[in-house]
Amino acid sequence: MNKIYSVNGPVVKVKDTKDFSMLEMVYVGERRLIGEVIGITGEFTTIQVYEVTTGLKVGEPVFNTGSPMSATLGPGIISNIFDGIERPLKEIKKTSGAFINEGSNVPAIDTEKLYDVTIEVTIGTELTGGSIYASCPETPVIRHYCMLSPFLSGKVIWTAENGKYRVNDTVCKIEDKKGKVHELTLCQKWPIRQPRPVAERLMISRPLITGQRIIDTILPIAKGGTAAIPGGFGTGKTMTQHQLAKWCDADIIVYIGCGERGNEMTQVLEEFSELIDPKTNRPLTDRTVLIANTSNMPVAAREASIYTGITLAEYYRDMGYHIAIMADSTSRWAEALREISGRLEEMPAEEGFPAYLPSRLSEFYERAGYMETLCGKEGSVTIIGAVSPQGSDFSEPVTQNTKRFVRCFWALDKSLAYARHYPAINWTTSYSEYIDDLTEFYEREAGAEFLQLRQEVSNILIEENQLMEIVKLIGADVLPDEQKLIIELARVIRVGFLQQNAYHKDDTYVPLQKQKLMMEVILTLFDRAKKALSKGVSMNEISAAGLMEKVIKIKYDIPNDKLELFEDYKIEINSVLEKLENNEEERSAV
Amino acid sequence: MSIQYLGLSEINGPLVALDHVKGVGYDEIADIRLSDGTERVGRIVEISGEKAILQVFEGTKGLSLTNTKTRFTGKPMELALSEEMLGRVFSGSGKPIDGLGDIYPDKFADINGKPLNPVSRTYPRNYIRTGISSIDCLMTLIRGQKLPIFSGSGLSHNKLAVQIVRQAKIADESNQEFAVVFGAMGVKNDVADYFKKSFAESGVQQKVVMFMNLSNDPIIERILTPRCALTAAEYLAFEKNMHILVILTDITSYCEALREFSSSKGEIPGRKGYPGYLYSDLASLYERAGIAEGSTGSVTQIPILTMPNDDITHPIPDLTGYITEGQIVLDRSLDQTGIYPSISILPSLSRLMKDGIGEGYTRSDHSSVANQLFAAYAKVQDARSLASVIGEEELSEVDRKYMKFGVQFEKHFITQGFNEDRSIEETLDLGWSLLSLLPKSELDRIDEDMLNKYYDANKEDNLSD
Repeated sequence: MNKIYSVNGPVVKVKDTKDFSMLEMVYVGERRLIGEVIGITGEFTTIQVYEVTTGLKVGEPVFNTGSPMSATLGPGIISNIFDGIERPLKEIKKTSGAFINEGSNVPAIDTEKLYDVTIEVTIGTELTGGSIYASCPETPVIRHYCMLSPFLSGKVIWTAENGKYRVNDTVCKIEDKKGKVHELTLCQKWPIRQPRPVAERLMISRPLITGQRIIDTILPIAKGGTAAIPGGFGTGKTMTQHQLAKWCDADIIVYIGCGERGNEMTQVLEEFSELIDPKTNRPLTDRTVLIANTSNMPVAAREASIYTGITLAEYYRDMGYHIAIMADSTSRWAEALREISGRLEEMPAEEGFPAYLPSRLSEFYERAGYMETLCGKEGSVTIIGAVSPQGSDFSEPVTQNTKRFVRCFWALDKSLAYARHYPAINWTTSYSEYIDDLTEFYEREAGAEFLQLRQEVSNILIEENQLMEIVKLIGADVLPDEQKLIIELARVIRVGFLQQNAYHKDDTYVPLQKQKLMMEVILTLFDRAKKALSKGVSMNEISAAGLMEKVIKIKYDIPNDKLELFEDYKIEINSVLEKLENNEEERSAV
Repeated sequence: MSIQYLGLSEINGPLVALDHVKGVGYDEIADIRLSDGTERVGRIVEISGEKAILQVFEGTKGLSLTNTKTRFTGKPMELALSEEMLGRVFSGSGKPIDGLGDIYPDKFADINGKPLNPVSRTYPRNYIRTGISSIDCLMTLIRGQKLPIFSGSGLSHNKLAVQIVRQAKIADESNQEFAVVFGAMGVKNDVADYFKKSFAESGVQQKVVMFMNLSNDPIIERILTPRCALTAAEYLAFEKNMHILVILTDITSYCEALREFSSSKGEIPGRKGYPGYLYSDLASLYERAGIAEGSTGSVTQIPILTMPNDDITHPIPDLTGYITEGQIVLDRSLDQTGIYPSISILPSLSRLMKDGIGEGYTRSDHSSVANQLFAAYAKVQDARSLASVIGEEELSEVDRKYMKFGVQFEKHFITQGFNEDRSIEETLDLGWSLLSLLPKSELDRIDEDMLNKYYDANKEDNLSD
């Protein structure tokens, strides 16, 4: 029997044993707290415990399980809410009340619920790793496919009838090459720190459409891509992630609340069960998995929550779904690494973070991708990670290292947030490397001129940025009219296009087509006004005509299903400016 | 009869080590009796084989390797709880210090609390009216929220906290009981007296539970103080269904105590010498605010922290801001121009206000007014920095209007008397009077209907000079 030798916070040591293997899951103490082996030396085996260790005594037993920390994968995951090591919080609530007790060992997924199972194979079928042998509706919008473990293959020798089964019922038996029979149920286990195998990594070619203008148009993210949202507190990281989770066109959302606020998770739970997904007409919870390891829950489980989340995502990807992961926030995860590393008295690198921080970050982000799965379908995992830089300083290690492993960087800006410009994504410091990969898609789906419009809008913003340097010194009044026009138009773009109101019924999600038309109107105004200026109309007159204000309000005034109204705006811009030009001509004639 | 251990094997700062200890648990409490008959309390912070390391709450002054007898209680630190706590004063580790004797406990609870299951939380929605315009309108306090005050040494955070306590009213169900739990960590004697006196003067004393750890009290006790306060608050809120406002001051002293303790334990420091687990530790305090399903009470927290060198990027305000649901930031330059409360509007924020204001809670125009005031005041800053370069006369017409708006906003909206209690209608109307100083076309955060209803270019006459 292995016994506890020492306890220091979440770190427990066992002396003089050779029974444990690295990353093995163990039960610690009489209360059977869940732990994981994180270090083995000749003398000590070090275990991190995923629960509060208060009351743990030297000499209490430590039990082996023989297998690494694993997630249970099977129907019942979607629309559930788990803690960092896949314990169902709703079940825990039933057993231990409003507050979470230690040692609550509840099965991850409901083992009593009956699913309407269709058997997808017949006796004699040869199955290889990842092949589908059964399926069942998991929620009204997600069909669950049961796949053979990637390590198994063999011939089907028995199947159950189609009908109602629980997750642990055997529905199929296969015999492998060595003649060994394997019984297959609806669920399986997978070690959370190991990526699930795929047939092939495919090229990235499709965007994740989010309905957020600054993202879809200016800084797009691809399905299977990675993005980071860094921002100090109060800049709207969580808000941006909520918007993406609500509106992006992924099939399934895995939302990981890693070391964040409890009330935020409650909000996600409430909002997502009330919001109806326009594509399926069902609540968003029908396609969402929540992982909530709030900041006051044990720190070791916070470290694991990221891996649990991505394992669940990969499992559904293997069925051929497109998954988006919202990890809020990866900085809390990095801090959990630091905290445990400190308890292990490892040599710290930058800012006290362990030297292996970059390799852990890259391991995580590299699990994203657009894949051909083992069963021949296409699926993707997109990772969108929030980063909370300490002191809002983007030069800190987590932000800097994350930047190396993501291809989309949406930097949130404090001064935009202070002015309540949301989403507070700074268009000059952010970037997306996906635009080249997605060119073909945009040209096919949104029209060849889309990227041209995007470029022109960006140019105006860049020019404004340069002009603002001058304005800061000498004021806007002394600028020539052409430059004033740029500043005015940039304002129209900022307020009317980039800024988006998450609480407005139309503005919260804007289809790509409307985004394009909005750009068209803005640029029509720009070109037309430039022409008017060249004919001698003054900038003051143009401003006084109220066109800018009108265009700014387009986002509210044109509903998403009445896109034909855009023509009227173009006509009005033309006629108003024409009138101004005529007036000017008359005046100069006199 | 439990075993007594004679003597100690090591003393280092607030920590002592004992050898040959058997059968004790992590976090367990021990009574340490000195040869002169006095008793101290220690807690196990590490056990390794037969060696236990204890932190001594009252400090190790006077301890020697031979003059102690230690007895382990077999339990973690627990606080005796009862409704009688209201109106009483306790030490930082939960012992009565007002000379009225022990309380008769209804139950005991572990002061570390337990994490509230996210699925058992009720999302906070009801606002608390503080009667302070800038807070009510722009960073509305919601019942069950944690909203810290970021201040600096010498600013008026204590005065503001007292005003909030005195004026705080719950918008509905006003018959429900309302009480204050006050946790003082490392505060000066006169600050403690100021709070005591203010509570007495405003007649809320019988509704206040005080936990006092003064700046010359031991630092280990300081680490327990907020935990005792929050345990009392949770008990009163979730078992006695009261609405509890918890004021914790000063979080900076608390963090410094934690740093001192951590370094004496020989832990690897993180940023600025604070322990790597500072975030988790602060979260274990702040996250104890909220509303639990199955009870009608709530815990609302207003922690106060003084930013060292007024630096909001210092680890303490920084980590706090990442955990709490917004912040109220006080500003020294406003304070110096004589503005009270010197709330710096732009960096201040309440994350929960969006769901607790508007129709049914405050007034339908609330969120538009708040957004527009924020946006306008942000422009005031731009105009001011431009004016400081090119001079005010050179500003454009619109910028000059913003300059005027800025002055009036600070004078009429932010500035408020210590005894002035403004209703939400007064506050919002005041907001409209100020917005009416600006041309209608500048108000791009407000929709047309609302502008027609409330915007009135003559309203500025309401602002007396």
